[in-house]
Amino acid sequence: MRKLWFHPCGNFSNRYEQEITIFETDFGRAAALLGMVVLFTLVPFMTGPYVLYVINIIGITSIAAIGLNILVGFTGQISLGHGAFVGVGAYAAAIMATSLSFPFWIAVPVAGLVTALVGMVFGMPSVRLKGLYLTIATLAGQFIIEYILVHWESLTRGTMGIILPSASILGITIEGDRSFFFVIFISLIAMTYIASNIMRTRYGRAFIAIRDNDRAAEGMGIPIFRYKLLAFGVSSFYAGVAGALLAFYLISISTEPFNLGLSVEYLAMVIIGGMGNIAGSVFGATFITVLNEVLRWLTDFLMNAGILEGFQLNVAPLRELVFGAAIVLFILFEPRGLAEVWRIIRSSFRLWPFSY
Amino acid sequence: MEFFIQLLVNGISIGFLYGLAAMGFVMIFKSSSVLNFAHGELLAAGAFIFLTLVTWAKVPVFFAFLVTLAGSFILGFIVERLFLRPLIGEPLIYVIMLTVGLASIFKGLMLLIWGGNLYIYPDFLPSNLSIQWGNIHIPPVYVVAIIIGLFFLTLFGLFFKYSSQGIYMRSVADNQTASLSLGVNVRRVFALSWAIAALVAGMSGIVLGIINGINVHDLSSVGLKVFPVVILGGLDSIGGAIIGGLIIGLLETFTGGYLDPSLRDVIPYIALVFILMVKPYGLFGLVEIERV
Amino acid sequence: MSTTPLLQINNISVVYSDVIQVLKGVSLTVEKNTIVSLLGSNGAGKTTTLKAISGLLKPENGRVTDGTIMFDTKSVQNSAPEDITRMGIIQVLEGRQPFKYLTIEENLRVGTATRWGKPYKQDMDMIYEYFPSLIKRRKSLAGYCSGGELQMLVIGRALLAHPKLLLLDEPSLGLAPLVVKEIFRIIKRINEEQATTIILVEQNANMALQIAHYGYVMENGKIVMEGKAEELRENPDVREFYLGMGASGTVKSYRNIKSYKRRKRWL
Repeated sequence: MRKLWFHPCGNFSNRYEQEITIFETDFGRAAALLGMVVLFTLVPFMTGPYVLYVINIIGITSIAAIGLNILVGFTGQISLGHGAFVGVGAYAAAIMATSLSFPFWIAVPVAGLVTALVGMVFGMPSVRLKGLYLTIATLAGQFIIEYILVHWESLTRGTMGIILPSASILGITIEGDRSFFFVIFISLIAMTYIASNIMRTRYGRAFIAIRDNDRAAEGMGIPIFRYKLLAFGVSSFYAGVAGALLAFYLISISTEPFNLGLSVEYLAMVIIGGMGNIAGSVFGATFITVLNEVLRWLTDFLMNAGILEGFQLNVAPLRELVFGAAIVLFILFEPRGLAEVWRIIRSSFRLWPFSY
Repeated sequence: MEFFIQLLVNGISIGFLYGLAAMGFVMIFKSSSVLNFAHGELLAAGAFIFLTLVTWAKVPVFFAFLVTLAGSFILGFIVERLFLRPLIGEPLIYVIMLTVGLASIFKGLMLLIWGGNLYIYPDFLPSNLSIQWGNIHIPPVYVVAIIIGLFFLTLFGLFFKYSSQGIYMRSVADNQTASLSLGVNVRRVFALSWAIAALVAGMSGIVLGIINGINVHDLSSVGLKVFPVVILGGLDSIGGAIIGGLIIGLLETFTGGYLDPSLRDVIPYIALVFILMVKPYGLFGLVEIERV
Repeated sequence: MSTTPLLQINNISVVYSDVIQVLKGVSLTVEKNTIVSLLGSNGAGKTTTLKAISGLLKPENGRVTDGTIMFDTKSVQNSAPEDITRMGIIQVLEGRQPFKYLTIEENLRVGTATRWGKPYKQDMDMIYEYFPSLIKRRKSLAGYCSGGELQMLVIGRALLAHPKLLLLDEPSLGLAPLVVKEIFRIIKRINEEQATTIILVEQNANMALQIAHYGYVMENGKIVMEGKAEELRENPDVREFYLGMGASGTVKSYRNIKSYKRRKRWL
């Protein structure tokens, strides 16, 4: 057996593989494995249905947020249409499950591919557009997709929404929060694994090069348009898979949730979690989802307590306010996001008591 | 034919308002290269301040108008000071997301204070301002919109062309270091452009409020419609903002009138994508003068 | 030398981004109404010295960490550029940075920023008198003007601020020899007629030492030699390293090992 890897007191990598390794130490690898064991053996059996529901939503949201991080954090293309892409994924899955009666395990990846295609179509303007202009083009994409979802009634049934049949894999019906928990988190781990590994290949390095300086990247021989499209495709694939899972999990979907607000929420997750950091996307998704739930709970409480009887207080304004404040505070005080906070906490434990 | 002309007139008036709203937006972009996603909220803020003054505080209309403008001006100034200044020199996405966050905060605050209801102003515009021309009727508020639009267009045109402060603002947009080396107060320029932009936004908010009624959601969504307008006109062209506004206004009213009313809200964005594909810097945007 | 000098830099060091030290104890003195030229190879710290004086280090994340810069009797190190320019120190940036989308005339008007609100028409005429070639281009965008015109424009723009101390960073960069001559003639005239003190950073040491009264030579963030312009012109080392002539007046050869050793002493 080889020697275990611990943290060296400096950078002693002498092979490229050591430089790009996901787990720097065997301890980290063990911790990740242990975490997964706990996740799958304890969490689904020790939590109530509501908490499990929130955890499931966090899992789905994380998948979409990782996708957006690939586009925004790694490739530097700011997209305001991610919410619509999640919607495309949800509808693609719903239509395939109802009209074409595709089984669950085919519908989800195919929905991802369909969304990837749509994402690439809306990524086309990136041939000529950069920065602000591209952002505005994706904003237009958001509105156009939303419009199509609502108005192409023969396909999407418009505002009526679609009710999906229950999902099943290999004859086992997946129903209820607990069985979906396994499906969602196995997908999340697989997608995280894929994303971290994409970033270690030539594709990932090309994305980062484009983010840092697209002119220079082009000069180095990276066909930037092809890679930008690829980034849009990969990012939308993640959105599509998340959307499909969401559709099967919630059983009925409508166009309403996939609006600009959702796109903004995803961007907020990427920023609050930490741009260019896969784990950060999960943090961001957790933060925003929990924030949403806490705010909902809080306003319910305030309403019932009757303190604010006289006011027409509902959940929306408070949510908007706190949500906006969270974004602004993070940008002003910790622009590298929760991932950075996590790193600082971790290293201060590791280095304690000699923090230099 | 009458229907056509009526639509034309409506389109032009709405277009002027969009143009006006876009003008403030362009002003911020021109001096500090910030894309302001909170513009619709600034608009709504102006409309609501005016509403509060006119209906609850019973301030005379003209006086209320002036106070609203002053209030918007100060609001813009404060926003720049508190939130945008620490971000000078940070990457684009942070600045964009900051304004998105601000938009959210403003919207939440306004919903908390005024709720999501639709309000209307008391009728204060003199009815003799309306124009009757055959069967075509132009209500006074549209006349006011066109007059205000033209007035501010000329005002800003002159301001940027001839006044010292306007030239300083353009110089900062052009080359920040060189402006600093000549003693231009760059921070004041940023603050001023936000303040002026908020002022113009507040005013367009009032006029839009007269036309459509005052509702937080409706007014803040106008802020998003500004994007197709400014892209059409070019992000840095004041005159282009008005022309872009007119085109979008006409496009909207004609699509709403002749095609499908539901297409009305999405057609500007479809136009936007096509324009961006053909002319990446908009119709009137500056083509980069690149010298090495 | 009984009066206080206009500018006195006392042993300053400048650090960029808290790590890169560029100036390592630079001291120099500029008397009123003189032209002082600052020579040195690329990366010696000439531009940084100018930026330290004019306060433009800040946008580049640089800082004066040590020493003092006295202008008249006030210390100006690390002040905001707005304040420094208002005291009468104007820097003309390297590489002609006009406002490309403004016309020549509007460019010149930006120069009046330090005395905003005061009349400037007369000064405008003065600038056109110094730089007659700008008159016929006054309505055209600066982005479309030639390099010589732009150099005149940026100097004129700086003059409109009525500077007491003008910092010129490589005015001859990329210009034809005749244009360079013209510009240096005008710089001399400005110094004599407007009583403007000038610090001139140049690669073209020959031209610079012809119009300057006093000169400093910088290497690696330090002043390595100073003296009256005539003396510097005659100094064999300066002649060899900066004026491109061997001690005997012939073009120098790198093969000469002795020259290499003498050069080493400087660094």
